[in-house]
This record gives sequence, structure tokens and C-alpha cells, in this order.
Amino acid sequence: MAVGSATAAPVAAGSLRRGRRWALVLSYVFLGLFAVMFLFPIYYMLVTSFKTNAEIASLAGNPWIITRGATLYHYENLIENTAFLTYFKNTVIVTVLVVAISMVVSVLAAYSLTRMRFVGSGLLATGIFLTYLVPETLLFIPLFKIVGWFGLLDSYWALVLVYPTLSVPFCTWIMIGYFSSIPKELDEAALIDGANHLQMLLRIFIPVALPGIIAATIFAFTVSWASFIYPMAYLYSENQLVLTAGTVTTLIRGDVYHWGGLMAGALLAAAPPVVVYAFLMDYYIAGLTSGATKG
Amino acid sequence: MAQVTLKEVVKRFDGTEAVSGISLDIADNEFAVLVGPSGCGKSTTLRMIAGLEEVSDGEIYIGGSLVNDVPPKDRDIAMVFQNYALYPHMTVSENMSFGLRLRKYPKAEIRARVENAARILGIGELMERRPRQLSGGQRQRVAMGRAIVRNPEVFLFDEPLSNLDAKLRVQMRTEIKKVHQKVRTTTIYVTHDQIEAMTLADRVVVMNAGRIEQIGAPNDLYHSPATRFVAGFIGSPAMNFVPCRLDGAADGLVVRLGDDLALAVPAARTERYRRFVGKELIFGLRPEHSAEARGQAGPGCVAFDARLDVVEPLGMETMVYFSVNGVELCARVEPSAAVDPGETMRLMADMNHMHLIDPENDRVI
Repeated sequence: MAVGSATAAPVAAGSLRRGRRWALVLSYVFLGLFAVMFLFPIYYMLVTSFKTNAEIASLAGNPWIITRGATLYHYENLIENTAFLTYFKNTVIVTVLVVAISMVVSVLAAYSLTRMRFVGSGLLATGIFLTYLVPETLLFIPLFKIVGWFGLLDSYWALVLVYPTLSVPFCTWIMIGYFSSIPKELDEAALIDGANHLQMLLRIFIPVALPGIIAATIFAFTVSWASFIYPMAYLYSENQLVLTAGTVTTLIRGDVYHWGGLMAGALLAAAPPVVVYAFLMDYYIAGLTSGATKG
Repeated sequence: MAQVTLKEVVKRFDGTEAVSGISLDIADNEFAVLVGPSGCGKSTTLRMIAGLEEVSDGEIYIGGSLVNDVPPKDRDIAMVFQNYALYPHMTVSENMSFGLRLRKYPKAEIRARVENAARILGIGELMERRPRQLSGGQRQRVAMGRAIVRNPEVFLFDEPLSNLDAKLRVQMRTEIKKVHQKVRTTTIYVTHDQIEAMTLADRVVVMNAGRIEQIGAPNDLYHSPATRFVAGFIGSPAMNFVPCRLDGAADGLVVRLGDDLALAVPAARTERYRRFVGKELIFGLRPEHSAEARGQAGPGCVAFDARLDVVEPLGMETMVYFSVNGVELCARVEPSAAVDPGETMRLMADMNHMHLIDPENDRVI
């Protein structure tokens, strides 16, 4: 028996090692293909944003490399000769406010729905999530009327009003999931220690559910930074537009597409979310490993 | 330090009574253990004392004050939970000081209390660790430390050792007993383990189906159980129960267990049992009150032959199983007894420790 097991082990280990190596190689191949597929449009945008208009328009040009000299013209033109910085400022204001409103509302809603027993709480939790299922492509029509009643048409405050209708349901749903996973004994221990509901929320629930808070923040940020339909529907004046609608309306005139400027504008608009995600992901991962709800 | 009093306390969940009118007095500094099987209402009772469950009926007093409508944080209690309930994002030191920080105690006092509790529990070197970096036993000590720093009127323990392995449970049991000796505070401890109850308690409260079966010191419950439930619950292995008939004989009373076996009742018990002569009763005897019959039987001891079905050598003792009247019984014999299943062994029953139970009310006579 001992001899059999002594000779069996190396063979099994060897084939396991070979099998693992193949799996690793195949994983990297597919991950590489995946990365190329997702990064090539961004690379294309980057290259195009540094090309001269002549090279972009030329049919003989190579889409992947700059052959006639790089230029910063599109970036300079965007910043100096268009209202791009105004759009950027408006987007930042809207996003910061919408993220703050969404997180406050969804965290408080999720806490009360998971931890406070009251009549209709189950129905309310389901109802909140169901509202998320209605797409914004339908919602923007009735919301147009409501925004009009508030006198907010052609004002970015309209976005501060309507973006939470997109972000709060999903953020609440995420937070309900995270708060539900926190054992009820933690509440009871905190109650006996002398915490009231607000102290429990601020000093226990939020720190323990930090990965969920970050995930919800990222979602709310993305909704308000990258939304297109609502700004296109409600904003017309240059000083009220945000990045998504502003860049497109400024740089697409009739059937003329200013590709260089569009690419530069898209890249500059995409940069802040990348920075924010990179910053938050460290906290997200740290939260997953240190804020475990067990123990 | 406080007395805890429960007066006819009832707890209903959707019309079902989980706790049915229990009354209990726990003295200052007493270590009281609520013990019983799962679902008997012991944890519900503890949670009502803590204020985590509302009382459906009855009154609870802590330190002489009615606390039915007092929130948990104002009852001056501290609780240790089965799952430790440590705050996972806080260090050990922060976990222990959380309650004191919420109550805005001075920093110096918080530090002193935390250091004192850490010294008592031997967790001084763990202060900067997080719960996930601790073993089960260490987490339980931190949970106890969080309770000790509060200097409460009453400690409440809700099955704190259930999540630990057997060896650690024995170790922590001793730790809890030592802590109670150092920090003399009224303690109410809930467990389903009767060994924990017997080793830790000043008084044991045996509960079953929402009611109290018996309250008493561990030895009293062991030697003088009031009901069949208590007799069968306390003691490991459990007491043997055999249907029997109590008959009169020329020189006293006899317990007849089937056609072949009749055991003489000690003379001292004759008066107690006389009115039950001729009745069908239940005979109870603990496995440790029978032994291998060697030489002369002592007073009150009766020898009988038993055909063994199973023999379990445990090293320090051997458990033998045999049938009487269709009921499987257990006896504890010396490890030196060289017997095999199928053999007949001469056993001796120490009838001085016998019990008779009236099946009409399940009470021990």
C-alpha cells in the first residue's frame, strides 16, 4: 500500500501541475483578448485625439498610429474655445450632490428597512427595487413634465432632482443586501452598550458595510457622471450643459463630426471616473478583507 | 450588586407561549444557570431580562426596580453572546471600550478599566488585534472583557461556550468560574449543557417547555430531582428509567422489574413509598449507582444478573448496556471488568440512590 501511494503521488502531482499550467496559459490568453477588445476603442480615441484634422480626414491614414505628427490642438481648442470647462464644472457639481443625496437616502432607507420592523416594510423594500426596473428611456418623458412644474427646465438642478430616481433604488438594494448580512447580535450588543439607532448606523453599520457603501457610491457616481438621455432632454443652454450632452452638442454640428475634439473630450470626461474608481477600489478591497461581518 | 426577580413572566410569539409564567429570585452575587433543552425558553427568558425581548406578561426587577419598560442600555446589565458579537472593524481595545466611550467616560478611566479587564482575562497582548485575527477562545474572552469593563449589576451569558470545541469549552468553563470569583457580580448563565450547569452554578434552574421544572443547588438536583425530566436531564450518562410495580413483601417493599427481577427497597424508604404499593411506577437509577457485584453486597445494595448487549470501554470506566423488561439500561463499571457482549455479568444496584416516579404526574416520589 505504502509503495503504491509513494509511486502514485508524483504522477498525480505532475499531471496536476501540467493541468494547472495549461489552465493558467489559457486564462491569460482569454484575459488578454478581453483586455484588447475593451481597450482598443480607448487606444483608438487616444491616438485620434492627438492626430491633426487632416490626418483624421485622410482616407490613406492609419487608424492605429500617428503618421503626420502629433498635436495638442484638439485639447487646447476644447479647453480654450469651447465651454468644456463649464460642462466639467457643472458635471462635478451635479455628481457630488447626487452622490451625497443618493448615499444619505439609500443608507437611511436600507437601515430602516432591514433593522426596523414596521407595517409595509417588506412591500416597500420590493417596491423600491421595482422602480429601478423602469428604464430611463421611458421615465424621461413623464419626468419632463415634473421638471417643468418645478421650473427647472434648462437648469442642471433638474439633474440633481431626477438622477436620484435612478440611483437611489439600486443603491438602496445594494445596501439592504449588505446590512442584512450583518448579524443581529451586533445590534443587540450595541444596544446593551448604549448605542441609539443613529450611533449604531454611524459607528457600526457603515464601517462594517463599507464595501457596499463604496459599491453604491461608484454606481451613483457613474449614473450621474455618464448619464446622457436626461441632460439631452432637459438642458439646452451652454452654461447649464454637462459633459455628456455638452460635448456632443458642441462638437457635432449638423452632420459634421469634429472627431479629434470629440475623442479628446471623451477622454478628458472619462478620466475622473477612472481616478475615482482607482482611489475607491483600494478602500473597497480593504473593506472586504478587514470589515468581515463574521466574528 | 443586584438581585434579579422574575414574577410570573410570560412571553408569547404569535399566540404561542414560549415562556409560561416563570417566577425566579436570584440573589446578589449569585451564579444562576438556566439549563434545558433547545426551545425550552431559557434564552427567551434571558433576553427578556436584558430588555432585548418585550415581556408579554409579568414583571422583571433588577436591583429592586421594575425594568419592564426600561431600555437595555439603562438596565445596568452586560451580555456575552453565543456568537461573541464583537464589532469586526474595531480592535480588541476598541471593542472593550465601546460602551464606555458611548457613555462619555473619561479617557483615563476607560484605559484603567480596559487594562484591568485584560489582566483578569489574560488578553493584554491582544489589544491591537481585530476579531478576525483571534481564535474562538480569545474572542470569547474579549466578549467577556467587554462585559467586565462596564461593572454592571448583572452579567448575562447566552450559551457563550456553544461555539467552542470540547477541549476549549472545558478550559473556558474554568476561566468563567475564576472570573466570577474575582469579579463578584450577579450572573445569569444560559446553557443546554447540564455539565456546564453543574460545574458553574450556585443554583441551577432547570427549564422545560417554557416552565421551570426545578430550582436548586447542583447536588440537590442530582440527588433529589423533583420530576422525571430533571432526573433524566441532570447527570451524564442519563438516569435509567424502567417501568415497574411496587409490591409489598414480608420484610418490606420490592420493586418488580418484569417477571425475573425484583429489587428490595431500602427500609428507610418504606414509609415514603407505602401508599404506592400495587401501583405501576417508573424506577430510576443512575448508571454510576450500579457496579459489578464483587463479594458481599453492602446495605441497600441488591445483586442481579444481566446479559450484556454492548460494552463500551472508555479507559477510566466501562459502560455496559443490557436490557430489562425490554428497556435498554446502562451501568458504569470498573475498567478492569473483563467482559464481552453476550456474556452475563453479575451487577449490583445501590438502591439507596433509587428513585420512583409516579407516571400520572411525572413527579419523583
